[in-house]
Amino acid sequence: MKTLVLVEHDNTKLHDATLAVVTAASKLGEVHLLIAGHNCGGVAEAAAKIAGVAKVHVADDAAYANGLAENVAPLAAALMEHHDAFLAPATTSGKNIAPRVAAHLDVMQVSEILSVEGPKTFTRPIYAGNAIATVESTDAKLVITVRGTAFEKAATEGGSAAIEAVSGAGDAGISSFVSAEIAKSERPELTSAKIIVSGGRALKDAETFEAVITPLADKLGAAIGASRAAVDAGYVPNDYQVGQTGKIVAPEVYFAIGISGAIQHLAGMKDSKVIIAINKDEDAPIFQVADIGLVADLYAAVPELTGALSG
Amino acid sequence: MKILVPVKRVIDYNVKPRVKADGTGVDLANVKMSMNPFDEIAIEEAIRLKEKGAATEIVAVSVGPAKAQETLRTALAMGADRAILVESDEEVEPLAIAKILKAIADEEAPGLIILGKQSISDDSNQTGQMLAALMGRPQGTFANTVEVDGDSVTVKREVDGGLQTVKLALPAIVTTDLRLNEPRYASLPNIMKAKQKPLAHKTAADYGVDLTPRLKTLKVAEPPVRQAGEKVADVAALVEKIKALGIA
Repeated sequence: MKTLVLVEHDNTKLHDATLAVVTAASKLGEVHLLIAGHNCGGVAEAAAKIAGVAKVHVADDAAYANGLAENVAPLAAALMEHHDAFLAPATTSGKNIAPRVAAHLDVMQVSEILSVEGPKTFTRPIYAGNAIATVESTDAKLVITVRGTAFEKAATEGGSAAIEAVSGAGDAGISSFVSAEIAKSERPELTSAKIIVSGGRALKDAETFEAVITPLADKLGAAIGASRAAVDAGYVPNDYQVGQTGKIVAPEVYFAIGISGAIQHLAGMKDSKVIIAINKDEDAPIFQVADIGLVADLYAAVPELTGALSG
Repeated sequence: MKILVPVKRVIDYNVKPRVKADGTGVDLANVKMSMNPFDEIAIEEAIRLKEKGAATEIVAVSVGPAKAQETLRTALAMGADRAILVESDEEVEPLAIAKILKAIADEEAPGLIILGKQSISDDSNQTGQMLAALMGRPQGTFANTVEVDGDSVTVKREVDGGLQTVKLALPAIVTTDLRLNEPRYASLPNIMKAKQKPLAHKTAADYGVDLTPRLKTLKVAEPPVRQAGEKVADVAALVEKIKALGIA
């Protein structure tokens, strides 16, 4: 089987999310990559070095600069004439493009796979991860999105894939990019961080969230996350949200601070290796999944913890 | 401009789903069902656009069992003008739903189709994008803000890392994210009025769409259960534990 993996990138840097997808694709067959971008030669070179990649298809065109689904999906669908499976990371960009490719191919997509059980059989979470379905595709071709935390990342060195230029129809002329507000941060990214410190509604407001959560995250070199309640209340931006409809994370250590543990939040973090919860409500559902729990007032406990860790 | 809003009847947001003992699916018998929360946001957005004068009529559509009528009545009570129920007792996959919606869009010619980014039942996150592809129209997925301006719509999207703004030519497809708006509750008089609003009954055959599933569900299982660990007495004990993990 020949697979085509959609590479996630910003035209200069290859996104880590791609690496787990390469691992998933390699379980199905030969791995080819598709880079749709503009002035993205550096990304192509980095992609060619990923272990296990046989070929890198690069479509370099201004129409692909911002990953608009209307332009990228037809390009991917055309390349699928020579491939059997299309895989994309289950990121906002992968989720935006992959179903559009699936519809072009008249294929029912398998969303957010957790494992490859056979050439056409996969497991995937449904109902916010409260159930795991094993599904088998009967379509001639496969279109799949891959949950990044469920697969090891492929090595970024060791490969020497051929790079081939491809072209597509370019601009479909129905959509255009206006602007992006992407937060620049020195912190590790949520989905690839080893440690995450997350705060919930109990943090009261943006200033308190910053004052309580940030020093602890700084001390641990951690990414910062949040529950939906904290995001809805405006304490932090939307891309901090961990949960069923936000980001799915599985760090080595996850700190849940002032988070009660709604099933929608648990869906986003319960695969973390170690969960540490601090909450003043001893009956909070978060304690049912936490490896280490501390029933305490977070306003006292978190600064004390931060201080103790520095010494 | 007409707005089409597809809605889905799903297990209520607050109910914890239980896997059936025989592993064939999730038990929906005697479980509270509601409108998919993202679809409520879609209806609300359509109503706001109508209130602003950017839309003239809102048509709600649902593909599902006869009981999905209740979901459509909720949409009508919130403010949709009429509804179409495409009845099917079988689970219909996103691709087939998208095909039915395309056929309805061909008849109704809406300027905007607003739908939830995903249902909280099968979490597929596909229908809007598939519909957009089948119609050859642009999509603004995971919408945080929607502004209609003449023959285009500007959509601010929630993406990994922040926000992205795109401009789409109408007709366009928009899928809603959580922070687009806060849906209103239907008032009692509006619930009564909704009973009189037109609701058309159709089947997939009316639109020539084959509902045969492409994915076979072999098994549905409980996820691995995470055991609760221990509670520590104070911060000092927590610090010991954290140091033992080797992260500080």
